[in-house]
Amino acid sequence: MNKPMRRVAVFCGLLMLALLVRVNYIQFVQADELQSHEDNRRVAIERYSNPRGDIIVDGEPITGSEETDDADFRYKRTWEDGEIWAPVTGYASQAFGTNQLEYVNDSILTGDDDRLFFNNTIDMITGKDQRGGDVITTLNGDAQRAAFEGLGDRKGAVVALDPRSGAILTMVSTPSYDPSSFAGYGAEDGEAWTALESDEDKPMLNRALRETYPPGSTFKVVTAAAALESGLIDDIDQDTEYEDPYILPDTDNVPLDNQVPGVCADANVREAMRYSCNSVFAGLSNDVGNEDMIEMAERFGFNEEHFVPVRSNASIYPEDNRPQNAMAGIGQASNRATPLQMAMVASAVANNGTLMSPYMVDQLVAPNLNVIEQHDPEELGEPVSGDNARELQEAMEEVVEANNIDRGSIDGDIRIGGKTGTAQRGENNSEPPYAWFISYAMTDEGSPVAVAVVVEDEEVDRNEISGSGLAAPIAMDVMAAVLADDQE
Amino acid sequence: MSSNNNTTVSPGGLPSRRNTELLMLVFAVVIPVFAYANVGLAKDGTLPAGMLGYGLGLGLLAGVTHLAVRRWAPYADPLMLPLATLLNGLGLVLIWRLDQEPTITTDALGGPMAPNQLMWSTVGVALFIGVLLLLKDHRLLQRYTYISMVVALVLLALPIFVGKEINGARIWVQIPGVGSLQPGEFAKIVIAIFFAGYLMVKRDALALASRRFMGLYLPRGRDLGPILVIWAISLLILIFETDLGTSLLFFGIFVVMLYVATERTSWIVFGLLLSASGAVFVASTNAHVGERVDNWLNPLDRAANDGVTETAQAMFSFGSGGLFGSGLGQGYSRLISGIAPKSDYILATVGEELGLAGLMAIIMLYALLIERGMRTALAARDPFGKLLAIGLAGVFAIQVFVVAGGVTALIPLTGMTMPFLAQGGSSVIANWALIALLLRISDTARRPAPAPAPSLDSEMTQVVRP
Repeated sequence: MNKPMRRVAVFCGLLMLALLVRVNYIQFVQADELQSHEDNRRVAIERYSNPRGDIIVDGEPITGSEETDDADFRYKRTWEDGEIWAPVTGYASQAFGTNQLEYVNDSILTGDDDRLFFNNTIDMITGKDQRGGDVITTLNGDAQRAAFEGLGDRKGAVVALDPRSGAILTMVSTPSYDPSSFAGYGAEDGEAWTALESDEDKPMLNRALRETYPPGSTFKVVTAAAALESGLIDDIDQDTEYEDPYILPDTDNVPLDNQVPGVCADANVREAMRYSCNSVFAGLSNDVGNEDMIEMAERFGFNEEHFVPVRSNASIYPEDNRPQNAMAGIGQASNRATPLQMAMVASAVANNGTLMSPYMVDQLVAPNLNVIEQHDPEELGEPVSGDNARELQEAMEEVVEANNIDRGSIDGDIRIGGKTGTAQRGENNSEPPYAWFISYAMTDEGSPVAVAVVVEDEEVDRNEISGSGLAAPIAMDVMAAVLADDQE
Repeated sequence: MSSNNNTTVSPGGLPSRRNTELLMLVFAVVIPVFAYANVGLAKDGTLPAGMLGYGLGLGLLAGVTHLAVRRWAPYADPLMLPLATLLNGLGLVLIWRLDQEPTITTDALGGPMAPNQLMWSTVGVALFIGVLLLLKDHRLLQRYTYISMVVALVLLALPIFVGKEINGARIWVQIPGVGSLQPGEFAKIVIAIFFAGYLMVKRDALALASRRFMGLYLPRGRDLGPILVIWAISLLILIFETDLGTSLLFFGIFVVMLYVATERTSWIVFGLLLSASGAVFVASTNAHVGERVDNWLNPLDRAANDGVTETAQAMFSFGSGGLFGSGLGQGYSRLISGIAPKSDYILATVGEELGLAGLMAIIMLYALLIERGMRTALAARDPFGKLLAIGLAGVFAIQVFVVAGGVTALIPLTGMTMPFLAQGGSSVIANWALIALLLRISDTARRPAPAPAPSLDSEMTQVVRP
């Protein structure tokens, strides 16, 4: 009986060997895949086992971490004034993941970033828990609050930039949401999330970066820049030769009317800007041509995504036929722009033609406050020459002055340039329009702030010349807040 | 493989090796006590309060078993007892460690399991001592061959009639006041006794009275009968109790013992054909078994309700353990949820907290225990002892493979427990009895042959020395 017994013994040995091979396979070969598998809850447990780093505005954290009594996830994200800051930070939820800054800088905030390796090693040796680093933003708290309060219950967005550096000072989108409401993973969090997801007003859409609107008359600044740069006109005081109403090219006598009667025929750009003459800018756009209009728009940043470092949708100036290209010159065709894009247009003009790359993260700092990444302002390009930029500034400042747009609390010795816009939508203007206002403030040391405001609302005053009633005051308040901080 | 001195009868007698056993037992007690301290330090930063009691308890059990072996089985194999003690001790630590997780130690799940497990281990050790004390010679069991068969069938059939279904398998019997009992664990020992007795008598008939066909020896119809009966029974277990593990265990062990008894390879071919066809049939008709097969083929897939399956959770446990593990008390095998982490999936905790290194060590402990059992079978001098030892060691090996292979998704998962390690009273009691039987056979095998009686004839022819 011993021979078969030995065979049985060998067989049993093979069974044990098979087990050894199998555990080596899953615990060594497959280990990485299993450790990081999306269904492996350990990933999330580890992630929430330490307080998350904070996002800082004006030296103060606008986020926090709260210790919970949950068995799995120890720390939960909290926000100070979440509704105000949600468009900046995004959310960081145990159940629904992260987005925007919370997503882009996740590895710093959790402390998993490779650049924190040294810190983490020291912490491990000294027996401390791993900590997350902080994200220092460029935002201006006062301006942000002013913009948020200014928009109030209306839908819209505000973006303010420092034209000299490209630093984003304000980024508001309304209606907003409180990311704290679904930071955990309980039933309440799920309900809050579902309610926000199904809300028709799309509170979680960051309108400042991700919504493109028809830019309306604010786009006339770009058209004017194209006319100047292409040499079609030498300066803003040169008379043009466009009838009122303007007959759209290649059409069967389709007229394009002006808002203010009797002032737009053959008007120069200064006047045309002041009265927002459709005829002049449609004519200019037509004469510049689709190709050169696209080129100018692209020099201002159209047709590409921007990463601030959160991704912003590309604003669009498409190839089009002549009548459409003429209409695009007044911002009423298939060209579309994000609020960020229009703020970039204003900031390039205010910065004497040089467009700075927009950004909102100044520094990433380790838990011990060592700076591990410092953002240096970068030039995105020079869409218009310094001389032409000054021409445009004059025209935009004329708009504010000649139309008596309320400057709010801004000192009289500070120059303010702006351009209103009312983007019509719906067939035959059936839906309420978008009210735009882009502007900048100019001191002796250059321009510290450029703003774009868009309000989607029912009560928009359809007469756009006076500053739309809604958008301009918000822009003024934001600029006043930035200027007040600038003078300190 | 050449047989060494263990298998030969040496008139001078083998060393009893009891002192080796004692030394090994010290390790087998000290290692779990350290593991216990490790859990406490990792969870709370202090030595756990019950450490002294636990250490003394385990030490006492080990000491008593050692004395019993020294007294009643002095020539028994020296490694089996320390291996069983170590596995039992580690099992207690692991269960106690999982008791520290509130989410899987709720009242609805039966609360802490470690105290009960310690009590059942004590009962197991008592049975171990009882077997050594009362069963002076394993050949006595041969008398109860057919009684064993009846007992085994009753035990196996019991859950069909009075059992309750847990987790889709009907393998438990509720005894009021005591708890639930898994008769299958005891049946595996009883049926090994029956097979050993039956095959010892029938082996010649089965081996020799066969026809040759295509190079295989085909058994006669009437000899085939018992196999078909066993096959049918194991299939019935599978169908009515939906217990893949137990049926695999019984059929496997019958084939192994038949092969050893008859030395005919054809029996293995028959066995494999029958078990494969049975398994395929049941897997394709029974939803519970079919689901297990699906889980095995795609272990990481979500369940029908989009939840993460236990199989996937166990895989994540193993994977997250990596090479060296998270350390005792620092893993998340509780995510498997329910009572499973303490019973069926206890190896997942080993894999996650002790890592690949620890899990391989545990598998090697089992392998060593099985090897000692096989060696006992080789060393045994009587056919009944040989068959019984190979049966017991084989049943142990198949169980270890089926459970460990199941939780690591090497084969489909079956509802059985890791001997000694996993929570479960029936299992720990039955396995202590199994070890006692192996030690009894081993003691008989290694005991020195009685000194030959002085022969008058030889005295007559002695050379008279000056």
